[in-house]
Amino acid sequence: MRERDVPQEGNATLAGHRKAVYAVGEDGKLRVVPSRGWEVEEVVTRQAVEDLERRAREARSPLEYHMYRARMDIAMLAGAVGIWRWRLRRHLRPQVFARLPLRLRRRYAEALGIAVEALARVD
Amino acid sequence: MRFQHQHASHCESGVMSSLLRHHGLALSEPMAFGLASALAFAYLPFIRLNGLPLIAYRMPPGAIVRALDRGLDLGVRFETFRSPEAGMARLDALLDEGKVVGLQTSIYWLPYIPPDLRFHFNAHNLLVYGREGDEYLVSDPVAETPVRCARQDLQKARFAKGVLAPKGRLYYLTRSPPAGDWRALGRRALARTAHIMLHTPLPLVGVRGIRWLARAVERLGCAEDDGAAKLYIGHIVRMQEEIGTGGAGFRFIYAAFLQELAATTGYGPLEALAARLVEIGDEWQQFAFAAAKMIKRRIAFEPPALAARLRDIASREQRFFADLNQARLAWAL
Repeated sequence: MRERDVPQEGNATLAGHRKAVYAVGEDGKLRVVPSRGWEVEEVVTRQAVEDLERRAREARSPLEYHMYRARMDIAMLAGAVGIWRWRLRRHLRPQVFARLPLRLRRRYAEALGIAVEALARVD
Repeated sequence: MRFQHQHASHCESGVMSSLLRHHGLALSEPMAFGLASALAFAYLPFIRLNGLPLIAYRMPPGAIVRALDRGLDLGVRFETFRSPEAGMARLDALLDEGKVVGLQTSIYWLPYIPPDLRFHFNAHNLLVYGREGDEYLVSDPVAETPVRCARQDLQKARFAKGVLAPKGRLYYLTRSPPAGDWRALGRRALARTAHIMLHTPLPLVGVRGIRWLARAVERLGCAEDDGAAKLYIGHIVRMQEEIGTGGAGFRFIYAAFLQELAATTGYGPLEALAARLVEIGDEWQQFAFAAAKMIKRRIAFEPPALAARLRDIASREQRFFADLNQARLAWAL
C-alpha cells in the first residue's frame, strides 16, 4: 500500500479515532501513516454489531437480551459467570430466572457490567 | 524520565517498542514485531468466537513480549493475581516506584475505545505510566494520544473472564536492555518465521492454514440471502482488518521490519523481499475489498471466487517464505 492510497474514509465505527497503518512513502520506505478508516472495515464491523443487535431484539428473556447487548454468547457468559453452559441455557427461560437466588443474579450482573435491578428488565 | 507515547499499528509490538524506548533502547515497532517472529497465520475451527472460527494472522498473544524478553535478555517479570484488589494494589505500588507497567486487558471494558470496536477480546496490551488519584495515565498503542482510565474500568478490564482471561496480568522490565546483536537476532527471527509459515506440523497453521481456510470458504452456500455465509466471510475480514491490525496490516509491519533490518545490518537482499511482501499485503486487502462488496451486494456473492483468492495468496506466501529462508541461509555470519 502506498502512502497516498491509505484509506481516509472517515469510518463511523472508528468514532473519530485514527489508526496507525504502515504504507510505502515516496522514497520507497515504509512508515506509519494515520488512517481515518476504510469502508471495508465499517461494513464488516457493522455487520457483526448488527447481528448482535438482532439477536438482542429477538431475545426471549431479559437475561438473553442483556447477554447479547454485552456482545457475549452462551459460552462466553457461562465462562464469565463461572457456571456450566446447560445451567445458563436453563436460566435463559424467564420462569427459571425469576426464581434464581440473589447471589447468582449478582454474579450475572457483575459479569454483564450492569446493576442487579436492570437484569430483570429490557430497557 | 518522562514517558513518551507512541502511536502504533499493533498493541503488543507497540507496547514493547514504547517500553524499550522508555528504558533507553530505541527499537521501532516493526523491529519489535519482526525480531519476535510475530507474523503467522492460523485457522482454528475448534475455537469458536460467537460461533465462528478463530482466524489469526500473527502469533498468539504474549508471544512478542516473551520472544523479546528471551532474545534481548530484558528480565521481564510477569505477575498475575487471584484477587482484583491485590492486582490493583500491586499496580499502584509499581507506579509509585516510577515503573512503566504493561497490562493485559479486555478491550470490551476500556471506555476510551470506540463503542463499535469493543468486543470481548481479552489480550489487548497497553502501558500505564502514572496515576492521578483514581485515574490512571494510559498509553494505549492503538490510540493516537495518551488517555486516562478510571480505576474501576481498568480493574474490570484487567480481570475479565473467559478465553485468554488476563487474570490481572502485568509485566515490567527489571533491567536496562543492552543493545542487541541485530544480525544474529535477525537471522534467527527470519528462520523462525519461515519455519512457522512453511513447516508447522499442524496443517491449520502457516501457508497450509490459508489453504484450509480456502476450502472452508468454498463450501459455504452461494445464496444471496445466506446470512450465515455472509457473516462467516465478514468474520474473516474482521479478524483480518479490524481486530488487532489485520492480516494485511501485519504483512506491512513485517515488510517494514525487513526494510529496517536491511538498513541496520547492510544486508541488501531483504529490501527486495520487503517489496514483495508489500504486494502480498495488497492482495490481502483486495481480498477484503472483494468480500465487503459481496456482503454489500455490489457484486454477486461467490464464495468460490474468494477461495481462489485465498489460494493465490497461499502460493504467493509459500514462495515468499521459501525465498526468505534462502536469503537467510545465504546471509554470511
